[in-house]
Formats: sequence, structure tokens, C-alpha cells
Amino acid sequence: MKRKKIIGNGILIIILFVLGCVVCFPFFWMILSSFKTNLEIGQSVPTFFPQNPTTGNFEHLFADMSFGVYLKNTVIITVYSLLGVLINSMAGYGFAKFRFKGKNILFVIVLCTLMIPAQVTMIPIYVIMNLAGLTDTYTGMVLPGLVSAFAIFLFRQFISTISDDFLEAAKIDGAGEAYIFTRIILPLTKPILSLQIVLTFINGWNSFLWPLIMSNDDKRYTLSVGLALMQNMYSQDYGLLMAGATIMIIPVIVVYAIFQKQIIRGISLSSYK
Amino acid sequence: MKKTKCLTPYVFVAPAVLILLFCSIIPIIITFGISFTDLGLAQLGKWNLLKFTGFSNYANILSDRVFQKSITNTLYYVCVGVPIVIAVSFLLAFLLHGGGERKIFSFFRAVFYSPSVTNMVAVSIVWLYLFNPSIGLFNDVLEFIGLEPIMWLKSPSTAKNSLLILSVWRNMGLNMLIFLAALQSVPKELYEASSLDGAGKLTQLFKITLPNIMFSVFFVIVTTLIGWFQYFEEVYVMTEGGPANSTISMTYYVYRTGFWSGRFGQAAAASVILFLFILVVTLVQLWLQAKNDK
Repeated sequence: MKRKKIIGNGILIIILFVLGCVVCFPFFWMILSSFKTNLEIGQSVPTFFPQNPTTGNFEHLFADMSFGVYLKNTVIITVYSLLGVLINSMAGYGFAKFRFKGKNILFVIVLCTLMIPAQVTMIPIYVIMNLAGLTDTYTGMVLPGLVSAFAIFLFRQFISTISDDFLEAAKIDGAGEAYIFTRIILPLTKPILSLQIVLTFINGWNSFLWPLIMSNDDKRYTLSVGLALMQNMYSQDYGLLMAGATIMIIPVIVVYAIFQKQIIRGISLSSYK
Repeated sequence: MKKTKCLTPYVFVAPAVLILLFCSIIPIIITFGISFTDLGLAQLGKWNLLKFTGFSNYANILSDRVFQKSITNTLYYVCVGVPIVIAVSFLLAFLLHGGGERKIFSFFRAVFYSPSVTNMVAVSIVWLYLFNPSIGLFNDVLEFIGLEPIMWLKSPSTAKNSLLILSVWRNMGLNMLIFLAALQSVPKELYEASSLDGAGKLTQLFKITLPNIMFSVFFVIVTTLIGWFQYFEEVYVMTEGGPANSTISMTYYVYRTGFWSGRFGQAAAASVILFLFILVVTLVQLWLQAKNDK
């Protein structure tokens, strides 16, 4: 019986290994191709490993394609998006620990926004941002995706479990609301806070729709918008395109590899309530 | 719970509520409004030129062949893609669950989820290269095993399915995690008891596993449906709706009509119709949830 189980597990691992290789293959192929010359890529019989590995594609990206500017914009937007975590956690605290007029109706409004897809609102948001003079600004690109109703909901659920007596005691000791929030609430929500920070980093880095719509000027393009543009202009220069894709994907894979346990546990918990 | 009459709670919720108000609630009302006007690039900023045009935007797009095509394409993506992605993610979750809690299986779990965290544009570009009919890897492999090459994204008959392969690859991870969490929540005693009764693995799958995770299955189906109604980035980067509009989706139609042609009124009308589709699916979800809570 035990022996059968070991063999069964062995077969399972082999199957999963093969499937895993298939799933990851596009990433391997991307990285390998980014070090090939276009001459090698165009050969009728493909090579697996680069024959003459070259970093020319990467140099080309930064020297001639203003990828440095795109990278800077992407970093700014990613950092800016992290402001959303603060706003969401504040709202979660407000909805969890206070009673105030209009609370229920406001919370229902927040939850209703979960139903509204971005593409349905993109025309009026563009018009509003245009009126406010925010097109072609970082604020215009970040603002529409800054607040997440789902994150507010998660923070509220989590903060609700913190004992009221504990907060009252802090208040009697003379702690102000700002102190309670930053020194007591935020440290206590650490598991969900760190998950939100990591997910916001990934989403900010990957954000495409709003930067695409809001930016008219190539000085404000993010990596993903710049890459999409490059795809239109240099659709046959695969070495260059793979180098751009590698720069876009590797940071996220690294962050994901470091935090994968927390991310996966967080997603499993929040999806299976 | 603190009962307070002061402004403190409003200070905490105001930033989030205000942003949602201006970036979600008001825009959706405006979308309805714009859809009954002739708003275009010319009227932006010159609001006195704006004319109320009744239902003519709706009439125009509903008789537009391209919009009809975008509806049937979107329904195709939803009706074909969703069952496949759900089947694949369930199979992966089932295999991983069979391995138990050991480290190697959490490694595989992380591997299968990895496509979901990567940037869609970058991933699309990699797949464009794989799909390339002359120098792409897929046709090289087909040639190697002696099969005819396929035109993939370049031919109207295969383009939609090619996009679907990419989307299944990218979207299976999230559903797999949800299924896995559901499978792990089924009480082990149920399996032990039925094993004593002599039930086989297949009987257990249909009599114990599936009924116990039914709610997760519904949840996954509905959220996946909503997600796939918004099919956009794949189309934007890989095909721009072509060849011959064979891959255009409703969201891409909205984008193209609004931001390429500047016909904001018509684009808004198209997004209202898209919203109706999503609303129906959401209402079904709420109804199922209510039924489950009872």
C-alpha cells in the first residue's frame, strides 16, 4: 500500500514537472531570445541556446528607445499607487470601528463599484480628467485605479476583529486617532497590509489601460505602453521586443518568487470566505 | 464600537469614497448620459455644440456590422474560453491536491500561478513571437513532428482560438488557487468513511468532492465570466481586432470607437450594452449567493 503511494506520487510529480515546463516555456524562450541576434532568430532551424550571446538588444533599448524614461515613469507610478494601500486601509478602519451617519449607505456604494468594469467608465473618466487638466500627468494615470473596493472590504473585515476595549484603553491613555491608526491598527493588520503592498506593487508595475488612455506624450509613457507602441513600430525585431518584455517581466517574477507564499495564502483566504 | 458625532470617521473614509465617486459612480452615470448625445472630439470643451440625439447612437451601433461581430466574438470568447479555463484549472488543482501539503507541490502551485502575475503586454509580445507563422516556435515544432504549419493569428479562422490559448495559459492560475482552497476544505473524514463503505476514487469525486465544492465552482464560473466579458489587452496588443475584425471584442470596440475615431457618444452606447451583459451575470451571482446563504 505504501509502496503504491510512493509510485503514485512519483508519477504525479513527473506529470506536474512536464506541465510546469510547458507553462514556463514562454518565459525561458523570451529570456533566451533576448540574447540572440535577429540573424539567429530568423534562421529556419531554431537554436535553443544563443550561439553568440549578445546584450546588444538591451543596449539598443536604453540607448535609442527612451526605455530609461519609460522605466522611470513606471517606477514613479508604482510608488504612487502604493498611496492607495494607505487610503484603502484608512477607509477600512473608518468602516470597521466607527458609527456615523450614512455609514451603511456609503459602504453599499463602495461595494457597488465592484460591479463596474473599467472599460465602461473609461470615456467619462477621460473627459473628467481632461476637464481637470490631469491628462498626461502621473495623477491622471494612477487616480482611476487607486482605490479598490475589494481591498477596503478586506481591511474592514480584518480590522473588525481587533478588540474595541483595547482601542478604548489607548484612547484613555491619551492617544489621538492618527496615533491609534498608524501605531496600533496598521501594525496589527500586517498580514493583509503586506499582501496589499505586494499586490499593489505588481498591479502598479503592470498597469496598462489608464496610462495608455491618459498619456498623449511619449515622455509620460510607462514600460507597458512603450512596449505596446514598440510592438507596433518594430513588429519584426524580435530580439529587441524580447529584451523589452524581459525587462518588464523579470522584476515581477522576482518579487513574486520572494513573496509567493504570502500572495498565494492571501488569495486563497480572501477568495474562499 | 465608538459612537461619535465628530468628523473623525469621515476623515478616514473620505479619500476612498471621493475617489470612487469621481472614478466610478459619477462616470457610470455620465456614460449613460453621453450615450444619448453626439459627443465627439469637436464637442470636448465646447459644450454648447453638444446635441441630444436620443437613441440614435444605439441604433447606429446595433446596425454596425463590426459591433455585431464584436458581440458574437465576445460571446465566443466567453462560451468557449471559460469552460476550457475552468476545466484546466480544476484539473491542475486536482493534481496538486492529490500530492498533499509537501513542499514540492507548493512549488508547482507557484509555477502554475506565475503567468497570472506577469504583464499582459509583455506576455502578448512573447506569444506573438511564438505564434509567428514563419519563424515562430509553434510552427517549427509542428514542422518537426511532420504536421502542416498553421497561420495562427494571421488567419481569420484560427486567430480567435490562438488568442484563447494565450488567455487560458494566463488565467488558469487564479481559478486553480480557488479550487485548491476549496478542495482542501472538504473534511477528510468524509473520504475515510466512504472508503470504508468501499467507494472507489471516481465515486468519491462525484459523490463527495464535487457536491462539497459546488459553491466555489459557481463562484469561479461567475467571476471568470465577468472577467472574460472584458476581454481587451490580448486583442489590443496582438491583433488590434483583426484580421478582418475576426478577433474584435466589445471592450476593444469601445476603445477604438472612442479613442481612435473620437466618437465618444457611440462608444458610450456600446459600453452601456456591455454593462448590461455584465449586470445580468452579476445578478445571477447575487441570486446564487443568496440561495447558498439560506
